[in-house]
Amino acid sequence: MRSKLDSFVDALLPVFATLAALGVGALMLLILRVNPGEAYGALWEGAFGSTNAIAETLVKSVPLLLVGLGICIAFRASVINIGAEGQMIIGGLMATQIGLVFTDLPGWMVIIMAIFAGFLGGAIWGGIPGALKAYFNVNEILSTVMMNAIAVQIMNYMLRGPMIDPAQLEKASKIPQTARLADAFRLPRLAPTRLHLGFVIAIALAILVYILLWRTTLGYRIRAVGQNPHASRYGGIRVRRRIVTALLLSGALAGIAGAIQVYGVNYRMITDGSSTGFTGGAGFNGIVAALFGQLHPIGTIPASIFFGALLVGANKMQRAVQIPSALIGALNGLVVIFVVSSEMWRNKRQKDRLSIESDVVNMGESPSDDPTSTPEEVLA
Amino acid sequence: MNPELVIVGVLTSGIRLATPYLYAAIGETFGQRSGVLNLGVDGQMLLGAFAAFYVAFTTGNLWLGLLAAIIVGALMGLAMAFVTVNLQAVQGISGIGFYLFGLGMSELLFKMMLGTVETVKGFPIVSIPFLGDIPFVGKIFFQQNIMVYGAFLLVPLAWFILNKTTLGLKIRAVGENPEAADSLGVSVARIRYFTIILGGILSGLAGASMSIALLNVFQQNMTSGLGFIAVALVYFGAWRAWGVLAGALLFSFVNSIQLWMQVLNVPIPSEIAVMLPYILTIIVLVLTVSRVRPPSALTKPFDRGD
Repeated sequence: MRSKLDSFVDALLPVFATLAALGVGALMLLILRVNPGEAYGALWEGAFGSTNAIAETLVKSVPLLLVGLGICIAFRASVINIGAEGQMIIGGLMATQIGLVFTDLPGWMVIIMAIFAGFLGGAIWGGIPGALKAYFNVNEILSTVMMNAIAVQIMNYMLRGPMIDPAQLEKASKIPQTARLADAFRLPRLAPTRLHLGFVIAIALAILVYILLWRTTLGYRIRAVGQNPHASRYGGIRVRRRIVTALLLSGALAGIAGAIQVYGVNYRMITDGSSTGFTGGAGFNGIVAALFGQLHPIGTIPASIFFGALLVGANKMQRAVQIPSALIGALNGLVVIFVVSSEMWRNKRQKDRLSIESDVVNMGESPSDDPTSTPEEVLA
Repeated sequence: MNPELVIVGVLTSGIRLATPYLYAAIGETFGQRSGVLNLGVDGQMLLGAFAAFYVAFTTGNLWLGLLAAIIVGALMGLAMAFVTVNLQAVQGISGIGFYLFGLGMSELLFKMMLGTVETVKGFPIVSIPFLGDIPFVGKIFFQQNIMVYGAFLLVPLAWFILNKTTLGLKIRAVGENPEAADSLGVSVARIRYFTIILGGILSGLAGASMSIALLNVFQQNMTSGLGFIAVALVYFGAWRAWGVLAGALLFSFVNSIQLWMQVLNVPIPSEIAVMLPYILTIIVLVLTVSRVRPPSALTKPFDRGD
């Protein structure tokens, strides 16, 4: 039983958290003797100042949204997936391989196969830690971090060895990258900008994930496991399987992000040796976007665009006032800290309300249908 | 190359490279023993590494550099303690926030204050009298720099504090059963503040050991996720200092062997070698979790209810 006003205030919490982070950022800019107004002005200009800028913002938001959708599913099941970087990489690698092998097939067919390959690669890379958690009780935070490191090495190995561009083999430089994908395999562009079909795919998937989580039995079970695994078990839900499903789907969405990054933006895979060289840090920033979107798939859409804008605008800010774009990375960290810190305040108020409303302990408590409520174990 | 030289080389750098893992993972052990999972280690390391390098580079004094790393680590720890203890934020996620903050902040400061990759003359090798002269063994264990000795001394020290002192007893009590500890008059908040700040300081030192003792440079994201490995090592070592040592040595030796394989042009892809310790860690986690139980209150905020 939540009043409209309470829900409204709760929904605004991330906004306050972001304003606080930007405030700290302004303070840092002052210390660095830069006018914050000018810096943030340049940031806005870079993110939304022209058609191209808006397109770049949206392009940047695509991997954040896809990763964030996966995070919504995992966190709703109380599974903390920080392996999206690795899941993107494996998804990207498998998708790229499709385009390099099936050069004779029509473009639309290759793109569909590639996205499916991305889905599959991410699902495998998320499913392994999922199974390890469900059946061997291995902490998923650790296993997903390990899987990230392993994925980076697989990428480096594949791009230096089996998948290297044959043209690079003849050069002394031997840049670790694959050959360029055929032009026909590129995701169609939506406007005379770099905005590509991947954006539409991501939005469609956001709606699908919403339907999955709140309109299907599977989604109900995933959320039930997240809110109360013990009650779920008594209620006949196979908790272990649902944990695997959640991480598998979470990884699959990150894998699609990897595939779309290749087919929509880079048209090849290239490594600088690190994971962020390929992902641009989307595996971590997607978590920020999902938290900002209150772990709600639809809320994650504007959240991703917002953080996409910050990342794109940061480059403009770097040029205009010589503030390294890393500032935005630091501020993203603060947003995460502020958002999770403000959760206590919200939970306290919820607890107060509950204690007034009922003294009954409801054993078989079902997960709330209110999307703004969050799973107990993750955001307790 | 002379095989004996190679073996000594592999072992010497294996010992050396364990240093950052040890500082960071021992610090994390204290935190987790008191019930707090600090996932921000990597961010704390990066800021510590930068602070140490910058101060050492500008003043020419390595000890001031170490002090800077300690202060920065302590401040990060203090912030983390406030967020976890007072605000009761979810530790797994707030830690990621601290990681992202440290990652971005250290790069920002690096670009603003240094601009280019510079080098410092790091801590010199100190040969321990007599021991350093022992053939073979002396070169490997007793001709290292002071940060390496410090890291290895930290292991028995941490074991002693955790198992043989009242403070250690309090830390373990707070991590196992905070309600009981609280009813016996132990301040859960104070103990957790202590362990998280200590963890921050040790993470800062871990970063400093890289930037002014082992590699003697600072580069953006120079830890490349080492701090996360340190967190895993605590699980790997079953929350015991000696177990953490075993895990740290496993990682550092595989790293050392892999580096030497590159030097010697061994035709095995280095990526496979780098991958091995991660795979091994997962396997060890699978094998040990059924036997070893983490501290009961790990990741659970404590609310006195007042």
